[in-house]
Amino acid sequence: MTAIPMEHGLALAGTLFVLGLAGVLARRNIVFILMSIEIMLNAAGVAFVVAGARWAAADGQVMFFFILATAAAEVAVGLALVLQLYHRFHTVDADAASKMRG
Amino acid sequence: MSYIFYISAAVAVVATLLVVTRTHAVHALLYLVASLLAVAMVFVTLGAPLVAALEVIVYAGAVIVLFVFIIMMLNLGKHAVEGERRWLAPSAWAGPTILCLILLAELFYVVACGGGAEVTQAAEVGPKEVGQALFGPYVLGVELAGMLLLAGLVGAYHLGRREALGEAAEEGPQ
Repeated sequence: MTAIPMEHGLALAGTLFVLGLAGVLARRNIVFILMSIEIMLNAAGVAFVVAGARWAAADGQVMFFFILATAAAEVAVGLALVLQLYHRFHTVDADAASKMRG
Repeated sequence: MSYIFYISAAVAVVATLLVVTRTHAVHALLYLVASLLAVAMVFVTLGAPLVAALEVIVYAGAVIVLFVFIIMMLNLGKHAVEGERRWLAPSAWAGPTILCLILLAELFYVVACGGGAEVTQAAEVGPKEVGQALFGPYVLGVELAGMLLLAGLVGAYHLGRREALGEAAEEGPQ
């Protein structure tokens, strides 16, 4: 088994996170925004697993489990919201729901 | 093993870049699957096989299937792709991308400064150790994750109902 510098693993996590962040900021389609949020959560998980592997401890993988559970709950609620948005406004443009109306 | 790490990391970054730049949602989804599988490969090279399997099952399996269902239910046609192309004008994405690149450069700088010569010894942490940690010191977190998933299930069910059904249910008792 050869060694991989920890910085390279963290750089991978950071690159994936920034790509997801750019997706959230630049896209207007709400489905793409949700996909980018998944990318960001996954990148945070990569950082935890890299740190866990650095110290050969199980805690990093345990934190990845919790991130996985959070991501699953988030994507279920988020996609239900996408369906509601589409039924109400007949578009997937996130700006369509920019006004509050009680 | 280390060159496998670098190849899968490059695949993950390229696939993720393609996810956030595609105009067709299904193409983006397929690149997202490729990206998640590459990240699973990275986990294998880092000595985390259980997490790699879960990445494939939960992310590349369940989450992607949810996205596929939603894209099928929305049934977006050709005009959606054209609208997406219109939204993706350089004036729209240039600003956020530059800001994100500045953040990435800062992150690289901090990581390069802080670490030093510490390396990941790719010693495998197997499912047994993870399970013992999960149901030993972290058992409260597991129960909280279970409650979070239940709340997500109830919330998704409540939000996913059709408008007409929701109104009928609200008017029923009155």
